[in-house]
Amino acid sequence: MTHASTSTSAPIATDGFVLHDEDRAAIAHERKHYPHPQAASIEALKIVQKRHGWVPDAAIEAIARELGVPPASVEGVATFYSLIFRQPVGRHVILICDSSSCFLTDYEALRDAFFAHLGIGFGQTTPDDRFTLLPVCCLGACDRGPALMIGDDTYGPVTPEEIPTLLEGYA
Amino acid sequence: MSRILQDRDERRPETHPLTFRLNDDGTPVMLDAYREQQGYASVERAFSDLTSKTLIDELKTANLRGRGGGGFSAGLKWSLTMQGEGIPRGYIVCNADEMEPGTFKDRLLLEQQPHLLIEGMILAGFANNAYQGYIFMRGEYVDAARTVQRALEEARAAGWLGRDVAGSGWDFDIALHTGAGRYICGEETALINSLEGKRANPRAKPPFPGQSGAWGKPTVVNNVETLCNVPSVVLHGADWYQGLSQGKSGDGGTKLYGVSGKVKRPGLWELPMGTTGNELMERAGGMRDGHTLKTWLPGGGSTGFLLPEHLELALDFDTIGNAGSRLGTGLIAVVADDQSVVSLARNLEEFFSRESCGWCTPCRDGLPWSVKLLQALEAGEGERGDIDLLESLAVDLGPGRTFCAHAPGAAMPMASAIHYFRDEFERGVTRGQGKAHADPIPVGSV
Ligand SMILES: Cc1cc2nc3c(=O)[nH]c(=O)nc-3n(C[C@H](O)[C@H](O)[C@H](O)COP(=O)(O)O)c2cc1C
Ligand code: SF4
Ligand code: FES
Repeated sequence: MTHASTSTSAPIATDGFVLHDEDRAAIAHERKHYPHPQAASIEALKIVQKRHGWVPDAAIEAIARELGVPPASVEGVATFYSLIFRQPVGRHVILICDSSSCFLTDYEALRDAFFAHLGIGFGQTTPDDRFTLLPVCCLGACDRGPALMIGDDTYGPVTPEEIPTLLEGYA
Repeated sequence: MSRILQDRDERRPETHPLTFRLNDDGTPVMLDAYREQQGYASVERAFSDLTSKTLIDELKTANLRGRGGGGFSAGLKWSLTMQGEGIPRGYIVCNADEMEPGTFKDRLLLEQQPHLLIEGMILAGFANNAYQGYIFMRGEYVDAARTVQRALEEARAAGWLGRDVAGSGWDFDIALHTGAGRYICGEETALINSLEGKRANPRAKPPFPGQSGAWGKPTVVNNVETLCNVPSVVLHGADWYQGLSQGKSGDGGTKLYGVSGKVKRPGLWELPMGTTGNELMERAGGMRDGHTLKTWLPGGGSTGFLLPEHLELALDFDTIGNAGSRLGTGLIAVVADDQSVVSLARNLEEFFSRESCGWCTPCRDGLPWSVKLLQALEAGEGERGDIDLLESLAVDLGPGRTFCAHAPGAAMPMASAIHYFRDEFERGVTRGQGKAHADPIPVGSV
């Protein structure tokens, strides 16, 4: 296994994509937790996503070089996990729990109300790039179903009537 | 934020080892407060009085069974971990991926009592000769991640982690690893692949993780709640721990039970293992006004439906298993009379279908097919033979035919829904009355 040197080399640029210095430092920090750099792939993707909102193809290449692993392996990981976004998303991602306990506390009505309020369906982004709507597995908030997340914040139970007020906090 | 619905007065150290320290306002119990309440005392006891072998024996006698859903004896699992001459020190991995539909217990422990988990992991590391622990936490648990990270730093600064843990001459550290979605990551071998930075496909067993797991080294994977039980077993002993279940169950200890669905007071309670469904429903205040109970899932989306009369059973692994279901995670979800079992089964199979990793044929192809059939039945457009077909799909998804327990987990709610509520499914059959499916395609098995 080759371990790419990260501390001294010039910034890694692929196809115009440059890993931010802070992100390189964060990735280097994560790497130290594991016996093998590949293990930091998911964390690296999340770090890049945090800065750019999503993970463009060129970033895959840059991460692969940074970690010294084949781009195909980073690509394979990036396409497997549902919280790694491979296309641009809105400023705020809304994750609505669609699992059974929320289903039993009227998730479908809440989902339909979101569709109507935002004029989009799952996997879509509002034209003003404000919100992207996605379903998510049980959020571990079943005692407050139906539950959802906006960005890092979890809410529940949420009624359709509360949607406009709830979204006001997210510009 | 998760809440325990028991007041501090009820949560005593003698009876509630998992929750007695929790603050009523739900703020996390950090190091100072934790230390003042017996925190890390079990580690001191282990270092002074126990060896790996005696600790594991104690755990076996305590009969602590895995709280991640499978109910496998933690002591037995640890006794099978490879260690000794020429065998490298390995890993303790805490499964904090909690995504089982209807399960919200690990979140409570992670958000409010991170040091209990760290203490349990240190004991696991000591018993299994590991040098490194990982907490594999689902990416959506942002607050929990922050709290656990802070607790890890506190523990390291206080000498409970790192080099020469508490002056014992033994090294052990823990890192937090956060995930990026996908239910299958919770399956222990998929979790190991994910930890290694790979796609989360399960691995074939054997070898078992305890023989060769993460990076080829012996690896112990345990659920958050399981690990949080270990400190009290070590501190107070197996007999004490056994006594916690008050003769209600052969399984030792307490359980974080919960109720979700249309009840008056959905929530979490720490109760003796083997508490009945009726007692739990009473805690939850019963069904909301205007609703009566039709059926319930005892412990997550991958467990089988049971009837109201089964609420009198002890909620433990053997009793619920003998009733034809599984205890699973022990958090029950209730279905009201006016809610359709066919629709719920459709919702569950949509979940399992979407979350299949696609490795095995029955799971990859059978689950989307079952969703189609269920959608048709739900819309009242089912064909004669659809129900039989669903039943045969459930057989093909059953134990032993796939790499991991995801497919059997998907089969159980479907088969039990048809078993108990066949009439509801039959009402969805309107087309092709009188003729069966022309050409049922057999589902291959691997
Ligand atoms: C599809 C699938 C998902 C699972 N998800 C989880 C999970 O989120 N958390 C968990 O602790 N166990 C989960 N398990 C069970 C684990 O494979 C494993 O049995 C468990 O972590 C062992 O810990 P325990 O013995 O302490 O329960 C899952 C199993 C399967 C088949
Ligand atoms: S049973 Fe399903 S989830 Fe499990 S390995 Fe096979 S395809 Fe993947
Ligand atoms: S089912 Fe929605 S939070 Fe658990």
